[in-house]
Amino acid sequence: MAFGRSSRVKQRPVEPVTLKILVAGGFGVGKTTAVGAVSEIRPLRTEERLSEAGRPVDDLAGVESKTTTTVAMDFGRITLREDLVLYLFGTPGQDRFWFLWDELAQGSLGAVVLADTRRLEDCFAAVDYFERRRIPFTVAVNTFEGSERFPTETVRAALDLDPEVPLLVCDARDRSSVRDVLVAVVEHALERAARAREPVAT
Amino acid sequence: MAGMSADSPRGTGPGSPDRTVDPQASRWYDADAGPVVRPYAMTRGRTSSASRHRLDLIALVVPEPAADDPGRDQTLAPEHVAIVELCSDRPQSIAELAADLDLPVGVVRVLVGDLVEDELVHVTRPVPPAELPDVNILREVINGLRAL
Repeated sequence: MAFGRSSRVKQRPVEPVTLKILVAGGFGVGKTTAVGAVSEIRPLRTEERLSEAGRPVDDLAGVESKTTTTVAMDFGRITLREDLVLYLFGTPGQDRFWFLWDELAQGSLGAVVLADTRRLEDCFAAVDYFERRRIPFTVAVNTFEGSERFPTETVRAALDLDPEVPLLVCDARDRSSVRDVLVAVVEHALERAARAREPVAT
Repeated sequence: MAGMSADSPRGTGPGSPDRTVDPQASRWYDADAGPVVRPYAMTRGRTSSASRHRLDLIALVVPEPAADDPGRDQTLAPEHVAIVELCSDRPQSIAELAADLDLPVGVVRVLVGDLVEDELVHVTRPVPPAELPDVNILREVINGLRAL
């Protein structure tokens, strides 16, 4: 009604299939750096403002105090084809935002867990999270200058990883290095999907 | 400058009569004061939209042909119009819209829900949870990544 000129013919834009891969790991491990290394756009930051849970709605006392918390998520985009777009999401580092992970993880293709051998315990929670939810993931050890290089088997043992989980060494600043990690994630997801289909397919 | 010196009394905030503060320099107008308009005022207080599905962060917003001139619809807020305009060149994800408009994701969800209801846009539905993506799509993703 309000749009009298809607009969104008306009070419319909392509509607790409969108997929997402999560980039998880401890604080300062290089999540944003890794997203930025492969993203075609400068990593964007989106925020979710969360109301403090359980606060009475009509409590007007102290309104000037902070009643919301801001959670920032960094993300990037890789257009693989006109009709295929991959989004990368850096997960919020703080443990109290686990519930946001659930939303991010829903429908995700897989995940990268970035690890720093100097603070390996920082990624335990992420490994545990993806194992429990059966989300295909790859552990990528980010090589920081000055950090000791451990054999991957040592890291694997320290994380008690399943043998099928790929473990790579990467440089989060390097585009091709991060790309290889992403390929490993999707290959792992593909293997798992193919295995799940086997009884039907063959 | 009207900056605080070490001995400035605590009570010299805005509204304090015995202090002449250049309004431009008032501490209440910096980022700490928060947005000028409360984010959910744009949604008239609504935190969820009428549409059935919670919009995924990577759901794409695609304008309908009827959205060619969203400025003509007087019921739309400027933010609604901005969303339609951002999507007109290429469909944008909810996450991208939130980042571009500098609005919380929750607000963008409600606004997009309004536009869906008005049939000005539609939203692509990402892979449903617990459903494995197509093996062929995974192969295409691998090929696409390798070609980067």
